[in-house]
Amino acid sequence: MSEILAQLMLDGHKIAFEPGQTILQAALAAGVYIPHLCAHPEFEPHGSCKLCTVVVNGRNGSACTIKAMPGQDVLSDTPELNLRRRTLLQMLFAEGNHFCPGCEKSGNCQLQALAYDLEMFDPHFAQFFPAREADGTHPEAFLDFNRCIMCELCVRASRDVDGKNVFALAGRGRDTHIIVNSPSGKLGDSTFSIHDKAGQVCPVGAILPKEVGFVRPIGERLYDHDTIAEVALREDATWREGEK
Amino acid sequence: MSALETAETKQNLRRIAIDPVTRVEGHGKVTILLDDNNRVHQVRLHIVEFRGFEAFIEGRPFWEVPVVVQRLCGICPVSHHLAAVKAMDHIAGYHSLTPTAEKLRRLMHYGQILQSHAVHFFHLASPDLLLGFDSEPTRRNIVGVAAQFPEIALQGVLLRKYGQEIIRHTSGKRIHGTGAIPGGVNKTLTAAEREELRREIDIMIGWARDAVGLVAQLHATRPDFYDAFGEFPSNMMGLAAPNGALELYDGSLRARDASGAMIFDQVPCSDYDSLLQEEVKPWTYMKFPHIRSLGAEAGWYKVGPLARIQTCDFIPTPLAEEERKKFMAQGGGKPRHGTLLFHWARMIEALHAVETIRDLLDDPDIVGIDLMGEKGERHTEAVGVIEAPRGTLFHHYRVGADDLVSYCNLIVSTTNNNQAMNEAIRSVAKDHLSGHEVTEGLLNHIEVAIRAYDPCLSCATHAIGQMPLQVDLRDASGALVGRRRKNFSGDAA
Repeated sequence: MSEILAQLMLDGHKIAFEPGQTILQAALAAGVYIPHLCAHPEFEPHGSCKLCTVVVNGRNGSACTIKAMPGQDVLSDTPELNLRRRTLLQMLFAEGNHFCPGCEKSGNCQLQALAYDLEMFDPHFAQFFPAREADGTHPEAFLDFNRCIMCELCVRASRDVDGKNVFALAGRGRDTHIIVNSPSGKLGDSTFSIHDKAGQVCPVGAILPKEVGFVRPIGERLYDHDTIAEVALREDATWREGEK
Repeated sequence: MSALETAETKQNLRRIAIDPVTRVEGHGKVTILLDDNNRVHQVRLHIVEFRGFEAFIEGRPFWEVPVVVQRLCGICPVSHHLAAVKAMDHIAGYHSLTPTAEKLRRLMHYGQILQSHAVHFFHLASPDLLLGFDSEPTRRNIVGVAAQFPEIALQGVLLRKYGQEIIRHTSGKRIHGTGAIPGGVNKTLTAAEREELRREIDIMIGWARDAVGLVAQLHATRPDFYDAFGEFPSNMMGLAAPNGALELYDGSLRARDASGAMIFDQVPCSDYDSLLQEEVKPWTYMKFPHIRSLGAEAGWYKVGPLARIQTCDFIPTPLAEEERKKFMAQGGGKPRHGTLLFHWARMIEALHAVETIRDLLDDPDIVGIDLMGEKGERHTEAVGVIEAPRGTLFHHYRVGADDLVSYCNLIVSTTNNNQAMNEAIRSVAKDHLSGHEVTEGLLNHIEVAIRAYDPCLSCATHAIGQMPLQVDLRDASGALVGRRRKNFSGDAA
C-alpha cells in the first residue's frame, strides 16, 4: 500500500505540512502568506476576523481553523477572495474610528499594513463614527477603544497566558465591544500590567504603552519597507525556531 | 468698531460677494455693500468653514497631539507640530532639550519657513505682482508666471522643494512627518543627508537674495502705490530673543505700536492669556484677538513677516539684516504699514531662513545622536508658542492625571491678523473700489490685500460652542412650525 504524503495543494502548488497543523500554519511554514488578523501563532485559533477565508475543495473556510489534510485543494490568492478580504477590511475601518494620520501605531499596524497590501484605497462604506472612549487611567498603558477590531487577542492572552481575565467582549452585533474586568470598568483599576502578554499582542493601536508614541521615526517602522506578508513570514519563522 | 465694518443701514445697498477668495489656504469670502453710486458702505472678510480642531484634541493622549495637530494644515504643519511639542515637552517633564534635538527642530522650522514663504510668494502672490492685478484672470496663476517668467517660477519651485527636503530629512516626510516628540526628536540627520542639503545651500542663498531683489525692484516701479496699497497703522507683535534679535523658534513676546514705540517686551509666552483677549463677532467663525490692556478698539495688531522684521531690533544673519536695514531706510526709520510690503518682508525672512539653515548645517551638533533630554517634574498645563510663517502661533494645553488633554486653545497666526486683514480690505475698497464701476480686476485688488497676509483660513476657526446657528422646523408643506437660534455667545434663543 502506498504511503499517504502530508501534502496539500495551495494555489496550484504542492506544500508539505506536519500533522496537526492548520492550513494557515502550513502555508506560513511553507513561506506562503495568507492574510489574517485574529490569528497568532501563540494562541488557539479563533476564526473570527474571516480575513484568512480560503476555498478548500470548493467550500469556504477559515485557514486558521481548518486542519491541513492530504488531498486538499486550497485556493487563497485569487481575485475573488482578495476582493472579499478587501470588503471585510473596509467594514472594519467603517465600524471603528481608525484615523491613521494621527495614530501612533501607523506604520506598525497590521490593519493598516493589510489594507495597503490588499490595495484598499477607500473605506467604501459609510462610516459608523461610533462614540467610543479612550481610557488613560492606567499608569503604563493607554486603551483606545476607537481602534479595537474585536480580534480578542488581548482576551485570549490575558486569560490563557497571564491568567488575569482583564479583557472580555460584551454586547451583541454592532454593539459588541471590549470591556475591562475591574470595579470601575477602567484599566487603571484592573490587575493589568503593560508587561503582560495582553499588553503585547494588540495588532492595532487599541492597547499601547504610554508616552512612547512616534518614538520610532518614519522610515524605521515595521511596515515602512516590508509588506505585511514579509513581516508575518519572518515572525512565524522566528516563532517556530523558538519552539524547537 | 472700525469704519466700514457695518453699514449704517442696509436699505438700498447691493451686495457683492467674492466667494471663494482664491489662492489662499482654506475657505473665506468677502462681502461688500455698495450704494447706487458704487460707494462702499461695508466690507467684511468672512471665514465660512468651521473646523473645531480644539475639540478633536481634547480627550487624546498628550504625546499624540504634536502629530495630530499637523492635520490642521498642509502648508505649515511643522509650525503646529513644533508649537504643540514645545508645550508637551513641559507637560512630559522635559525642561531642556539636548543641543542636537533643539538644532534639528530649528532646522525643521527654518525649512518650513522657507518652503511656506516660497509657496506663498511665487505660487500664490507673484501672479498678481508680476502679471498685474487686473491681468487676464485665466492666466493669472503660477502657470502664467512660468510661461512669462520661467526662471523666476523655476527658482520659486526649487526653493520650496529645498525647504521640503529639509522637512523630510528631519521629520521623515515632506508633509505631516513625526520628527519632534515630547523631550526631543526621533530622528538623527545622517552625514549623507547633511551633505545632500549642503550641496545646494549656496544656490538657495543666491536665489533667496534674488527674490528680495525682485520684490524691491517691483516696489521701485511704483513706490507710492506699493506703500499706500491697503495701508493702515496698527500695533505689531512677534517673538524676540533677549537681545532683541528676530527669533522664529523660541523667544519672548514683544509688541510695538504703529509708530514703533514698545508696548511690551520680554513677556514669557506662558503669560499670553493675561496679555491677549479674543472677541467673537456674529458674522464670522474667526475670532478677533487684541491686547487686553489697550481694549478691542485700539489693541488689535498684526503679526507675520512685516510685523516681525519691524518688531525686532535686528535679524541675526548678515545678508537678511542688510536687506532689513535697506527696507527700514525707505521708511525713514519709521515702521511701514503698506499691505504689499508683507511680500518684501517675507522674502527678507526667507533669506534669513536659508542663512540660518546654512549655519545649522555647518554646526557639528546637527549630526549628533543625543536626541532626548533629561526627564524631570511633569506639569499639567503648558503653552507652546512659535513664529509660524504667517505669524505668532499659540498652543495652550491642560492635561489630566490620566495623560489625556482636558483643555486646548489654539490662536493661530491668521486669527491674530483677523482685524488687520479686515482693515486692509476696507482700505483697498475705499481707495480703489468706491465710486468706480466694479470689475473683476478691481475685485482682485481686494483679494491681493488678503493674499499679502498669506492667510490660512482652515487653521483659524475653532470657537466651538460659539458659532451662530439657526434651526428651522417645518411641516410637510414647508410651513415654519418652530425656530431655535443660538447667538454668537452660545446663548440659545
